[in-house]
Amino acid sequence: MSSTEDIIMAIPRELTQNPLRKIWMPCKNGLPEKHISQKRVCMTNCPTLIVTVGLPARGKTYISKKLTRYLNWIGVPTKEFNVGQYRRECVKIYKSFEFFRPDNEEGLKIRKHCALAALNDVRQYLSVEGGQVAVFDATNTTRERRATIMRFAEQNGYKVFFVESLCEDPKVIAENIVQVKLGSPDYTDCNTEEAIQDFMKRIKCYENSYQPLDENLDRELSYIKIMDVGQRYLVNRVLDHIQSRIVYYLMNIHITPRSIYLCRHGESDLNVRGRIGGDSGLSPRGKEFAQGLGRFIQDQNIKDLKVWTSQMKRTIQTAEALGVPYEQWKALNEIDAGVCEEMMYEEIQEHFPLEFALRDQDKYRYRYPKGESYEDLVQRLEPVIMELERQENVLVICHQAVMRCLLAYFLDKSAEELPYLKCPLHTVLKLTPVAYGCKVESIYLNVEAVNTHRDKPENVDISRLAEEALLTVPAHY
Amino acid sequence: MSSEQKELTQTPLLKIWVPWMSNSLSQRRGSSRPQFTNCPTMIVMVGLPARGKTYISKKLTRYLNWIGVTTQVFNLGQYRREVVQTYKNYEFFRPDNEEAMKIRRACASSALKDIANYFDKEQGQVAVFDATNTTRDRRGVIISFAKEKGYKVFFIESICDDPEIIEANIMQVKLSSPDYENYDKEEALVDFLNRIDCYKMSYVSLDEEKDRHLSFIKIFNVGSRYLVNRVQDHIQSRIVYYLMNIHVTPRSIYLSRHGESELNLLGRIGGDSGLSSQGQKYARALSEFIRGQSIKDLKVWTSHMRRTIQTAEALGVPYEQWKALNEIDAGVCEEMTYEEIQATHPEEFALRDQDKYRYRYPKGESYEDLVHRLEPVIMELERQENVLVICHQAVMRCLLAYFLDKSADDLPYLKCPLHTVLKLTPLAYGCKVESFYLNVQAVNTHRDKPNNVNIARKPEEALRTVPEHL
Repeated sequence: MSSTEDIIMAIPRELTQNPLRKIWMPCKNGLPEKHISQKRVCMTNCPTLIVTVGLPARGKTYISKKLTRYLNWIGVPTKEFNVGQYRRECVKIYKSFEFFRPDNEEGLKIRKHCALAALNDVRQYLSVEGGQVAVFDATNTTRERRATIMRFAEQNGYKVFFVESLCEDPKVIAENIVQVKLGSPDYTDCNTEEAIQDFMKRIKCYENSYQPLDENLDRELSYIKIMDVGQRYLVNRVLDHIQSRIVYYLMNIHITPRSIYLCRHGESDLNVRGRIGGDSGLSPRGKEFAQGLGRFIQDQNIKDLKVWTSQMKRTIQTAEALGVPYEQWKALNEIDAGVCEEMMYEEIQEHFPLEFALRDQDKYRYRYPKGESYEDLVQRLEPVIMELERQENVLVICHQAVMRCLLAYFLDKSAEELPYLKCPLHTVLKLTPVAYGCKVESIYLNVEAVNTHRDKPENVDISRLAEEALLTVPAHY
Repeated sequence: MSSEQKELTQTPLLKIWVPWMSNSLSQRRGSSRPQFTNCPTMIVMVGLPARGKTYISKKLTRYLNWIGVTTQVFNLGQYRREVVQTYKNYEFFRPDNEEAMKIRRACASSALKDIANYFDKEQGQVAVFDATNTTRDRRGVIISFAKEKGYKVFFIESICDDPEIIEANIMQVKLSSPDYENYDKEEALVDFLNRIDCYKMSYVSLDEEKDRHLSFIKIFNVGSRYLVNRVQDHIQSRIVYYLMNIHVTPRSIYLSRHGESELNLLGRIGGDSGLSSQGQKYARALSEFIRGQSIKDLKVWTSHMRRTIQTAEALGVPYEQWKALNEIDAGVCEEMTYEEIQATHPEEFALRDQDKYRYRYPKGESYEDLVHRLEPVIMELERQENVLVICHQAVMRCLLAYFLDKSADDLPYLKCPLHTVLKLTPLAYGCKVESFYLNVQAVNTHRDKPNNVNIARKPEEALRTVPEHL
């Protein structure tokens, strides 16, 4: 008879659709079975350790934080481990650059200890806590230090990807120092002049022993060298999907000062009637907002502003009032509410009370029947984010759920917070990158509109009463 | 400054909202196409012979056209073959061959002229200039030409010193070139190696220092290393990303639809039904077929729809679900038969036949939208090796069009019958296709374009090509 390998004329397992995410999964006796890969794409089959390399003030922490934010947003659990922070915890008070002198034995011991402590936490994160990517943010300027890290990675079965930042432009370095070093806890008690002087000496301490990644000696390693803030890149041995995405991202970001304006379309006819989705036009107040937006944009005097809308009537109508060219992106369309399109929350409660409750239980992952989830939205919006990173001044006229997703990316909000971010009508958010984060200015354009924000109700149980479900529904006509 | 707010109207084919303008020729402010670049781009290949320049040129062009960027290759070798009807031997390429040099320069000029024509008269967006371009001089000529005309230039240099790869190249694509029709293999190989030597002396690679103001990517040893300099805009960024994801490792891609579904049997489109009993039979046959192929490290991908997942379940191996592989969304026409669509939306039905690629279902999608949605799938397929994709009719047409370089007009009518596996294997500059019908009966779901696509046509004319169903 056939060997054990051949027996599996697999009896296809029954399928059941997970009620929250509407994903079809094999089940046994009506209960879902553990399934190997339900993710949209298997990013990597083993955890990845990203290791930054570079002298101080070369943008390593900026890159680490930004990359971590991006990876988390697209659904790859990522965490950064900044060795400087470990050092500050160990050496409570920073005295001067002397700590970093290469002949400071005591200093070297402490710094090595901190690096190992950080690696220990990396192991905890990747092997125990289910993290997928860890960003090890330190200078890592010697081959010796990098060898230690690679041994650690090999022992634990992690892939290693180096991100080296090289920059000799004194203007860029000076600007870095002003932007992020002066505000560091290390320099709280120094004046600007002293701080800059000390920091420059600190850099000097590393310069002599700096061994950049070498095209020859390191040809078996996977890395990207970023030169002169992105003018030039050297990419070596990209091993898998996640490394490929990381490289693509790093090659698209820039640090040219600019602002991103986010707003929703003007109030729509369906908004007024408390109905979700659809493709209606602007209400009279919505039209007023569009005019106001036009004036606001003019007053802001923005250089080379690009305007993007979705392909839905209400955002386009809003953009038309600006009198400038704009681009329509289908990817910016509002979340598809499937069978619930154009319904009021009251109607959803009436016709789909189970769905309504499930949505309140996990608003991020919940997918409308024949529709989308916030999680789907994020995936849909990734090319928009990538292009926003490439661009400079942009105004994005979009929708509530879409704006929440974009905002969550810029402000590093978690999947739990994202669906409840406040994005009211007739309000423009101006985002300006500053230091390691984003400054947000909220400008309400003084045109009344309905509130469309529904908070998470107290009772999210399937067995709840209709009134409990509808407690937080905003007023409408 | 107030602008009068014009009413919006939705274009019937694309379902795009535009300001209602009585003068249909006036410029629209709202562009519905992604703005990849605002001026024509010349991609200029650089490298010794047999470094994969033509391979890259053709593949890149295929990709760009598929994502909607009109692109064309201008291969200098072809221009040369038209002028010098018969190739004698490598002596033509000797750097001291004055007569030949004249001819080659003339060919280059001719190609540049055609490129200008492509941009100016034919609305081309990207031109790929496929030639060795190994001297600074020649590149200087191209750069001046582009500057004068206002074109952007992006160089792609392929550098390879692995003799095995070079020989494999020569075997795969050079020996079968028209140049070597009358040579035997051994002689051809020797001649070609001499040809390469002719270029080596004067070859000046793009230089990190001297050429730091140029935009380029240098590809080393078939992709183990890349040097990228001054990416200027979106399209160049996409090109770089694409080049960094492709590889030449031999592998096969298997494309198949789900097994016949309940809705298929009823002649209904879309929906999320399960497999019919024939469909289940196909799933088992597919499993046997796959096992028979003995594929190394096969990845299996499905959509999020029940019918593809059911099909994959029968294989008994792990699989990944991609929402991006879901069938085209037919919007208000979901789960209808063609007869019902004709009855309830006759105008939509006619519009679809007029331009099936761009036509968007009301509250649904178009093939054009599908291609956009599938781009990350294609990118990942390029990265992967052996993959089986279990998907749907419209989706499979889009993927197939990418691999077989089919136009937007051909794409929506590609034949992708149920219960048939297509095995695609990259070969030379293209793709070998093998079709395996797994001998399990299924309904036909292919509706050809009818003769009469006019809105005023009679129902019978519209429904003439509808395949049979229960």
